[in-house]
Amino acid sequence: MDNAIAVAPDTHAEDHHHAALPQLRHHFETEEQQREAGTFGMWLFLLTEIMFFGGMFFAYLLYRNWYYDAFVVASNQLSIPLGGTNTAVLITSGFFMALGVWAAEVRKKGLLVLFLVLTIAFGAVFLGIKYVEYHEKWEKHHVPGASYDIKEFVNPHAYGLNEKPLPPDMAQKTQIFFSLYFAMTGMHALHMIIGIGLLFWLLARAQRGDFSSGYVAPIENFGLYWHFVDIVWLFLFPLLYLINRHPV
Amino acid sequence: MSATSSTIVNLPDQKTATIPKKNYITAEDGLLSWLLTGDHKRIAMLYLISITFFFFIGGAFAGLIRLELLTPQADLVASDTYNKLFTMHGIIMVFLFLVPSVPATIGNFVIPIMIGAKDLAFPKVNLLSWYLYMVGGLFTLAALVLGGVDTGWTFTTPLSTHYLNTHVVTAGLGVFIIGFSSIFTGLNFIVTIHRMRAPGMTWFRMPLFVWSNYAASIMMVLGTPVLAITLVLVVLERTIHIGVFDPTLGGDPLLFQHLFWFYSHPAVYIMILPGMGVISEIISTFSRKRVFGYSAVAFSSVAIAIFGFFVWAHHMFIMGISNYSALVFSLLTMLVAVPSAIKIFNWSFTMQKGSVTFETPMIYAFGFLGLFTIGGMTGVFLGALGMDIHLTETYFIVAHFHFVMVGGMLMAFLAGVHFWWPKMTGRMYPESLSKLAAVTTFIGFNLTFLPQFILGYLGMPRRYHSYPAEFQVLNVLSTAGATVLGIGYMLPMIYLAWSLKYGAVAGNNPWQATGLEWQIQSPPLTENFIETPVIDYEAYDYEWLAHKTEQEVTTVG
Repeated sequence: MDNAIAVAPDTHAEDHHHAALPQLRHHFETEEQQREAGTFGMWLFLLTEIMFFGGMFFAYLLYRNWYYDAFVVASNQLSIPLGGTNTAVLITSGFFMALGVWAAEVRKKGLLVLFLVLTIAFGAVFLGIKYVEYHEKWEKHHVPGASYDIKEFVNPHAYGLNEKPLPPDMAQKTQIFFSLYFAMTGMHALHMIIGIGLLFWLLARAQRGDFSSGYVAPIENFGLYWHFVDIVWLFLFPLLYLINRHPV
Repeated sequence: MSATSSTIVNLPDQKTATIPKKNYITAEDGLLSWLLTGDHKRIAMLYLISITFFFFIGGAFAGLIRLELLTPQADLVASDTYNKLFTMHGIIMVFLFLVPSVPATIGNFVIPIMIGAKDLAFPKVNLLSWYLYMVGGLFTLAALVLGGVDTGWTFTTPLSTHYLNTHVVTAGLGVFIIGFSSIFTGLNFIVTIHRMRAPGMTWFRMPLFVWSNYAASIMMVLGTPVLAITLVLVVLERTIHIGVFDPTLGGDPLLFQHLFWFYSHPAVYIMILPGMGVISEIISTFSRKRVFGYSAVAFSSVAIAIFGFFVWAHHMFIMGISNYSALVFSLLTMLVAVPSAIKIFNWSFTMQKGSVTFETPMIYAFGFLGLFTIGGMTGVFLGALGMDIHLTETYFIVAHFHFVMVGGMLMAFLAGVHFWWPKMTGRMYPESLSKLAAVTTFIGFNLTFLPQFILGYLGMPRRYHSYPAEFQVLNVLSTAGATVLGIGYMLPMIYLAWSLKYGAVAGNNPWQATGLEWQIQSPPLTENFIETPVIDYEAYDYEWLAHKTEQEVTTVG
């Protein structure tokens, strides 16, 4: 497979329309080679991202096994309606990204711009809802740190929660859950913010017509990144929100 | 050794020889043309200058540490300052020198040429990686100037998160950023090696230097992100008090150790594998023979990369991991010795019946063989559970990893810099002075670190600034050795700078070597080759070289 790319230049000499593209960088022999290198690089980068999130997933696995009761109770504090809505919002954003890739491939500039705007819009809605969720945690003193309060977990019935009361040392472990919750969703949100920043850059280039002549590699590769961020959320949502939702 | 000639160096007639007017250095002028370059060779030179700078800072700290240890009492620096000295020495040497040393400088320069490409796949990412390196380096220097950090280079929790009031966050962010520089270098290499090879350059025609950098790149790409997230969690724990590693909240400091060493043990192989690649090139060239067991050496690099990911817990034998996992990790640790030994034996067999000559790179390579073997063997001692409990956290460990990192890697780095210096600059270094430097380094190194094995075996712990009086003789020997070693490192710095202007003109192929990089002009053109080379011969094919006139690739004046 690899040798097929490393072909002698003269065998590709007839493909003049390839070499004519202005996007072909000087150090590639063919546009094909450039596109494959770009896509391969993006997949490798996503592999590093898996390892990056993997560290936190490993910590989650460990602590969820050690402090299962605390994780269940703390998980039930998260809002399924908000989390569920966000899941739908993010999948929709990913759907528009996929449509954007298609629009670039069929060289429809107007559609591409529209789909990129929609991708950004739904991404922004996700972050907005995430802000609402974070804000609620802040008000309930569920943000790890000095102001963290375990009273709701030690004495849930006094606060109208239908939960099993936890002994104080196990209740303290809910702070581990929220540490991981904020670290994992925070890192995910950071990836979204970086992604939206890149989307604005791609939008500007799309409006300039950079992707209207069959050159789709940046859109395609960014699409891979955006779907990766979606997929991370599809793991985060059940692991954080849906640990054990059966009433006691 | 050949009886008829004691050298293979073949320089053009100095009266008429000139450096080609058109080359990557003269292609563009001005500082900006360097700072905004996409040329892998220019970026390699930027890296070479920066890592040399950080090497000398890290080396200065080593000098101060050895000076303090000259006497049993604490008389030069306070204990806090001593902690900061060894921490900064470790952070700078590991993250700012050893990890990028061979890949980012020599690898950056020669890998695209070795596989017949015009550049790395992503030149802008390559430049970005240098900028990230510099920003990370500035963070590290900032931590130093603001008052230092004293966690040790390992950022051990909860010491780093709860008990220290030094600049852990600044240094941690610095290492985080440098990590991304390393990820991008590795990513660039992997894509380049997969997608940019010239026609006919099959996997098993690639020089072994490319193989070993490929293996190291896999580790950079898979390991470094784990270090990144670990440092993020440490920084978050210090700044906003989340509790993933905090034992008072139920967090587990051992988890930090697992995550940290999941990168930092493979990092050892990230450091040493490219060095092994350098040694393969040099031993073959100065023995005039194909590397013995080419594919065994190639696969042993990959094997080291794979095994290297499954040994990390041997750093935790005394930290309360389960006995069963200690047993498994001990076994796996010893397994890494197998591919390493394959390399050492194959290099030895390469020299057997070869026409061995003793140019400077070869002398460094001999130094590498001996010192790395000692470093590797003592690693097996430490992998054995009983021995580890006796020796861990003593000077035995310090001596062991300095034999691998300094005796192995630094020797390989210097060997490589000398070997490719004529290609990078078009000029030769002064031969007899450089031989003196190589021998000085070897003697100084052994004087510094051999006594530390004994000190550690006798029980002197690492990371203390004072010690019982009976250890003084060995410590004095070690400090004396460090002085010699320091001279050994200063010498190349001086004469290599001198050679930039006064060195003999090297010509295209002073070593009469077979690699593609030796078939083009020195210094190379910006796009390396006039036309894409077609490869129809094996690596290290010295018979092909004899008939090379038929297929001269390029020479442009």
